[in-house]
Amino acid sequence: MTSDGGAGTAPVARLRPPRHRVSRRAIAYWTVRAGVGWLVPLGAQVVWLLSDLSNPSPHVLWLAVTVIVAAVHVVVMPQWRFRVHRWETTPEAVYTQAGWLNQSRRIAPVSRIQTVDTARGPVEQLFGLTNVTVTTASAAGPLKIDGLDHETAQRLVDELTSTTQAHPGDAT
Amino acid sequence: MTVDADSGLAPAAVAPQWRRLSSRMLAVHPVQETLRALPALLIAFVAGRSSGNGGLWGLFGVVVTVGLGVLRWATTSYRVGVDQVQVRRGFVRRRVLSIPRDRVRTVDITAHPLHRLLGLVRITVGTGQSDRKEGLRLDGLTAAEGDRLRVELLHRGAAVATVEPEATTGGVATGGVATGVVAAGGVAAAPAPAETVLASMRPGWVWYGPFTLSGLVTIGVVAGFVYRLANEAHVNPGRFGPLRAISHQLARVPLGIAIGEVALAVLVFVAVASTVGYVVAFWGFRLSRQDTGTLHMTRGLLTTRATTIEERRLRGVELSEPLLLRAVGGARCIAIATGLRVGRGAERGGSLLLPPAPHAEAVRVAAEVLGDPRPLTVRLTGHGRRAARRRYLRALEVAAVLPVGLALLWWLAGWPGWAPVVALAVLPVAAALAADRVRSLGHAISGGHLVVRQGSVVRRRYALAREGIIGWHLRQSIFQRRAGVVTVIATTAAGRQHYSLLDVPVDLSVPVVAEATPGLLDPFLIVG
Repeated sequence: MTSDGGAGTAPVARLRPPRHRVSRRAIAYWTVRAGVGWLVPLGAQVVWLLSDLSNPSPHVLWLAVTVIVAAVHVVVMPQWRFRVHRWETTPEAVYTQAGWLNQSRRIAPVSRIQTVDTARGPVEQLFGLTNVTVTTASAAGPLKIDGLDHETAQRLVDELTSTTQAHPGDAT
Repeated sequence: MTVDADSGLAPAAVAPQWRRLSSRMLAVHPVQETLRALPALLIAFVAGRSSGNGGLWGLFGVVVTVGLGVLRWATTSYRVGVDQVQVRRGFVRRRVLSIPRDRVRTVDITAHPLHRLLGLVRITVGTGQSDRKEGLRLDGLTAAEGDRLRVELLHRGAAVATVEPEATTGGVATGGVATGVVAAGGVAAAPAPAETVLASMRPGWVWYGPFTLSGLVTIGVVAGFVYRLANEAHVNPGRFGPLRAISHQLARVPLGIAIGEVALAVLVFVAVASTVGYVVAFWGFRLSRQDTGTLHMTRGLLTTRATTIEERRLRGVELSEPLLLRAVGGARCIAIATGLRVGRGAERGGSLLLPPAPHAEAVRVAAEVLGDPRPLTVRLTGHGRRAARRRYLRALEVAAVLPVGLALLWWLAGWPGWAPVVALAVLPVAAALAADRVRSLGHAISGGHLVVRQGSVVRRRYALAREGIIGWHLRQSIFQRRAGVVTVIATTAAGRQHYSLLDVPVDLSVPVVAEATPGLLDPFLIVG
């Protein structure tokens, strides 16, 4: 991955990932959510197996495949996501990173922020997690930070709203 | 005109009065609704002969819609205050829609032929996000009243030469001055701000009409209508004389010639319909800049339309060249402005700055609007051979679906074996498109603008003001990561809301962002 053009001239500046990770409890939350999601196909397959006991071997095989795929997903996905989902703020900008196979990085100047929202689902409450959404005047793409702990989220919101208020204008 | 003006407009000085729509609208509603219901009525009438009283129901529907229209007219009133525009409507449920005057971004004045006959206009006030649904629309003002309202809403006082950018409080204050000026001058002295004409249509531009392909839509509409009519009325088109003659003729000649004949007929029809469409939509087109800081466009042969955009909302210009239009050296211009979504259809939701016209003219107009010719002529930086390879791969992947699918059908379902071989012809076409896409792809930073060009079927060149960029989104699929390219998306509150630079080499991406928005990236960079 050297360069197309100026190879060997000036050192090239690269964008580094954001500094902060989300709360470690998010791993547990994602695990539980993925696990619950897998219960539906698993349950359906068990019902199917019980309703057709005369010829169980193909059903058992499919059940085994599903269990393996589910286990891999439930174990790997949260860890992976925890490593990828990152965020950082400076007095001038908000910077987030997300994605699994496709990586997505978003940067927005604080001066252009329109709203800062927080949201907690019922299950997320149990895990003490908060989602923060930062919107700009563009319809294309709010910045989302999912799975912060309550204190960090509150601190982030306070910080962003106070710096945003310092910038007048309608941020378009 | 004066009668309405006297009764409705006189005391607008201190406490703004509620004003009414013109009573001439009462003549427009019945005709308009009947015309709109005409296809349905026709179908109902023809079908009614076989299935009872469909025609009666249709007539009943028209009476009801006319009644509702009259009720809407009777219950609608509006007023323009110092800092708000208000529209009051509704009979059972009274609603008042209030819009702060400094949020008014565009004013659009439309007049259908019937409106024009009676000297009426319909005025639509755009405020950005809310105008997706209802916005603020007043159907049936007199032309003079419409013009006055436009001036009142957008030109904040003739004394203020240029509107200070981003000063919301200042906007309200000058708005107050504007009301005063207009009220003192009265209707007769509706101020005609000094203006410079940037472009006006020349008859020669009609030549570009056939190449817009807008006639395809007409064909769809006509075919749909005929199909429904034939279906509902149980008319067999085969019994219709001329059609039968045509189908007999087509059946006699060899298949190849028959296909050729039909294709030619469709082509001629599309060309004629597109040309007529061009003339109807754009005849008398005129783009001017008024020294109060607005761009003003008028156009239309039968239905006239006038759009006014505040220049402080302008964030750039888009130059778009559909393939056919490009082949004959044409292009069109579209404004990138906040609160003005780029719509569909020939008029692009009112953001069209120039209808299909000679390329040089489009470039000139775009440069005039931007106040800087460089973004339109600057040499663009290409995105390198990895981006090129991705263009070819993408195009060939999509194109391969057809021959591969046909080959599978030949193998599995016994379809004719020559089909996949003939379908191989799409591959060179796809390769040619990819090559053109590679040639188009590029970007540059020119003065205050980020310039992007891409596309082949519709090649577009965007010049987006750097201060209009309100965020960045860098996206890499797993394949892009392996190829070392990244899609850089500039988000903005204007126009399409986001403008993408496809497959920029990673090493090039950071300099682009850093140059377009200096300092924003610095804390997040590492050197190495």
